[in-house]
Amino acid sequence: MRSLLLAVALGTLFGLAACGGKKPLPPPPPPPPAPPAPTASISVSPSSIQAGQSASLTWQTTNATDVSIDGIGAVQANGSQNVSPTDSTTYHLVAKGAGGTQEATARLTVTQPPPPPPPPAPTVTDEDLFNQNIKDVYFDYDKSDIRADQQASLQADVAFLNQHATFSFTIEGHCDERGSTEYNLALGDQRASAVKNALTAAGISASRIKTISYGKEKPFCNESNEACWQQNRRGHFVFQK
Amino acid sequence: MDQPARPTRQRRSGRIGKAGLALVVLGILFLSPALLAQDWVKTGTSLGVEKVRLAVSDFKPSTTDPQNTALLKTFNDTLWNDLDVSGVVELVSKSFYPLQTPGQPPEVNFLAWNAPPPNAAMLAFGNLGAVANGRLTVQGWLYDVKNIQSPQILGKQYGDAASDAAARVMAHKFADEIILRLGGGIAGIAESQIYFVSDRTGHKEVWAMDYDGSNQHQITRLGSIALSPRISPDGSRIAFSALTKTGWEIMMYSLDLNRLVSFPHMGGTNLSPAWSGDGTKLAFSSSRGGDPEIYVADASGGNLHRMTTAKGPDVSPVWNRKTNAQIAFVSGRTGLPQIYAMEADGTNQQRMTDQGYAVSPNWSPNGQFLTLAWVRKYGPGEPGSSDIYLMDIASKQWVQLTHDGGRNDFPSWSPDGRHIVFQSNRSGSLEIWSMLADGTKVQQLTFSGRNTQPNWSWK
Repeated sequence: MRSLLLAVALGTLFGLAACGGKKPLPPPPPPPPAPPAPTASISVSPSSIQAGQSASLTWQTTNATDVSIDGIGAVQANGSQNVSPTDSTTYHLVAKGAGGTQEATARLTVTQPPPPPPPPAPTVTDEDLFNQNIKDVYFDYDKSDIRADQQASLQADVAFLNQHATFSFTIEGHCDERGSTEYNLALGDQRASAVKNALTAAGISASRIKTISYGKEKPFCNESNEACWQQNRRGHFVFQK
Repeated sequence: MDQPARPTRQRRSGRIGKAGLALVVLGILFLSPALLAQDWVKTGTSLGVEKVRLAVSDFKPSTTDPQNTALLKTFNDTLWNDLDVSGVVELVSKSFYPLQTPGQPPEVNFLAWNAPPPNAAMLAFGNLGAVANGRLTVQGWLYDVKNIQSPQILGKQYGDAASDAAARVMAHKFADEIILRLGGGIAGIAESQIYFVSDRTGHKEVWAMDYDGSNQHQITRLGSIALSPRISPDGSRIAFSALTKTGWEIMMYSLDLNRLVSFPHMGGTNLSPAWSGDGTKLAFSSSRGGDPEIYVADASGGNLHRMTTAKGPDVSPVWNRKTNAQIAFVSGRTGLPQIYAMEADGTNQQRMTDQGYAVSPNWSPNGQFLTLAWVRKYGPGEPGSSDIYLMDIASKQWVQLTHDGGRNDFPSWSPDGRHIVFQSNRSGSLEIWSMLADGTKVQQLTFSGRNTQPNWSWK
C-alpha cells in the first residue's frame, strides 16, 4: 500500500515536470474590450419606520470594483443590512468600476413615535396637602388631656387649617392595647373630643370637625411595648372628601 | 396577702387574707349551715353543700339502628359534661362502676352501686334508640340507690327526630332535671346560651353558642365592628354596639325575626348596652352630650335620661338584675377606671374598688355580688395580670377567682349563679372560658379566631 502511494506521488511529480517543459507559447493578447459600465440599485424595506425600529437595506451592483454607501462605508458588491437610524436618511450607493461610476439612492423615512402619555401631572391634591401638613396629637396613658409637648403640633394644625378654611376632617381617637375594650372606646372618644375642643378654642369651626373613637380596634402598631403603645395613643386626623 | 383576716359580721372593705379567703369563699359561695350561723353572706346557689355522689351509667342502645353508636356517644358525653360542670354533684368515676350496667329499671343491681367502690347515692341510667322512621327515643331514670324500696326520683322519656343536635338537647334536658332535683331546686343551665363577639369571619360580629361551647353560629353580618352583645332577659333580642357610618350606635337584633330591628341613633359614641332585669329599660354609655356618660332609656330607645355628670369616661353599666334598683358602672373620673355603683335614678354614686384598674362589672342573679375584671397592682414595674374577681356589694369584700395569668376580662354570670363565663388570652389567643363561681371547673369553650365579650343568657 505504502509503495503504491509512493509510486503515484513520484509519477505525478515526474509528469508535472515533463508537462512544464512542454508549455506552448501564449498567443498574442487580443485587444482589451471596452470595460462594461457598472450597474447599481439600492432599496430599503420598509421605506418608513418609527424611530427605534429597523429596516432592511438591500443593494445590488454589477461590474463594480469599489462599492460604498454613504454613512456605512465600503460594502460588498451585493448585500443587505439592517439599519435603524434615528432620523430620516437617504442611503447613497456609489459603485465604481472600470466602466465608470453608477449611483443609486434609497430614502428611509423615520417618524418619531407618539410621545408617551404624559405622566400624571404632579398636582398635589387637597388630601395630600392635608396629610403632609397636619400633625397628629399624642396622649399619655389613660389620659385625654393635651400634653404640653403636643401644643406645637396643635398650633401648626390650627395655622394650616386656618389657611385652608374649606377643609373638613375627622379626628379619630385611638388607644393602646392595654385595658378593656369598652373603656378604651370611651377613652378614645374623649381623646378625639379633646383635640376637637382645642381646635375650636383656637377658632376652627366645629362644623368642619367630626370625631370618632376607635378605642383599641384599629391600632397603628401591633407590638406590646411602650414605643408602639405611644403610637397608638393619639388623635389622628383624616381628611374628609 | 398572708395576713389572716377573718371575715366577721362587721362590714369591712378590703382584701381578704389567705386564711380568711377560704372562709369567705365558703361564706360567699357555699350554702354551709355551720358557717351561716356566724358568717356574713350566702349565695343560695347550693355550691358547697356536701355534694351528692352521683353515678352516671352510659345509656344503652334500645334498638339495633346503626345510628345509635354516634348518637349514644353525643348523648353520653353531653350528659356527663353537663353534670360534671354543674357544681352540684360529685360524679363517681366510671372506673368504679360494675361491669353490668342497667339500661332499664329491672336491670339495676342496687348493691353493685350503693356499696363501695362506687358508693353512689344516686344513679342516672337509661337507654337511647333510633328507629327506621327517623325518630329517636330516650328513656332516662334517676335512682336513689340507697333507697331500694322506693328508688325512683325521676323517670323521663324524650322523643325527637334522630339527629346529633336532638341527642344533645335531650341530654341537656335530662341533665337539667337531675340538677333541679339534686341542686336545691335551682334550674340547671344546660339549655342556656352564650352570646359573644368573634372575628373569625374577618370582622367582629355577634355569635351565639350553647353554654358548653357547642353549636357556635354567627348572628350578625354587618361587616363592620360589632361589640358588647347583651341578650334581653326574655331571650328575644340582642342589644349591642356597632360602628355605623355615623359612629358607634346601639343596635338591636331580634332573634325572633332573625334581623336587625330599629333602634334610634343617639349621636356621639354609644357603647355597652345593659338590660334591666325586667327587660323594660336599657342603660348604656353615650358621649352625645360631649363626655361619655351613663344614660338610661326605655327598651325602645325613647325616654332618654342622663344618669352621670362627672368628667371622665363612664361606661359598661350593669343593672342589679334582681331589684332593678341599682346600676354598677365603670368610671375614669379619678384616673384609672374603677367600679362605681349608684341608684337606678343616678343618685348615691359610690366607688366600689379601691385601687388598680377595675372594669367590666356584672351583677349576680341573686343581686348580692358583682363579678369584675381587675388589675389590682397597676403601673410601671407592676406587671399585674387582669383577673376575674367577685365582690360582695354590701361589704365591698372581694375574692380573686382566676390565678392563671393572662388577661381575663368580661365576666358574665350564668342564670343559676353557679357559673361565670369570661374571656382570657391564657391559651395564647383570646378565647372564651367558663368556670364555677368559686374558680374551679375551668373550661375553654372557643378555639377558632379571637372570641371576646361573652354574655350569658338569663335562663
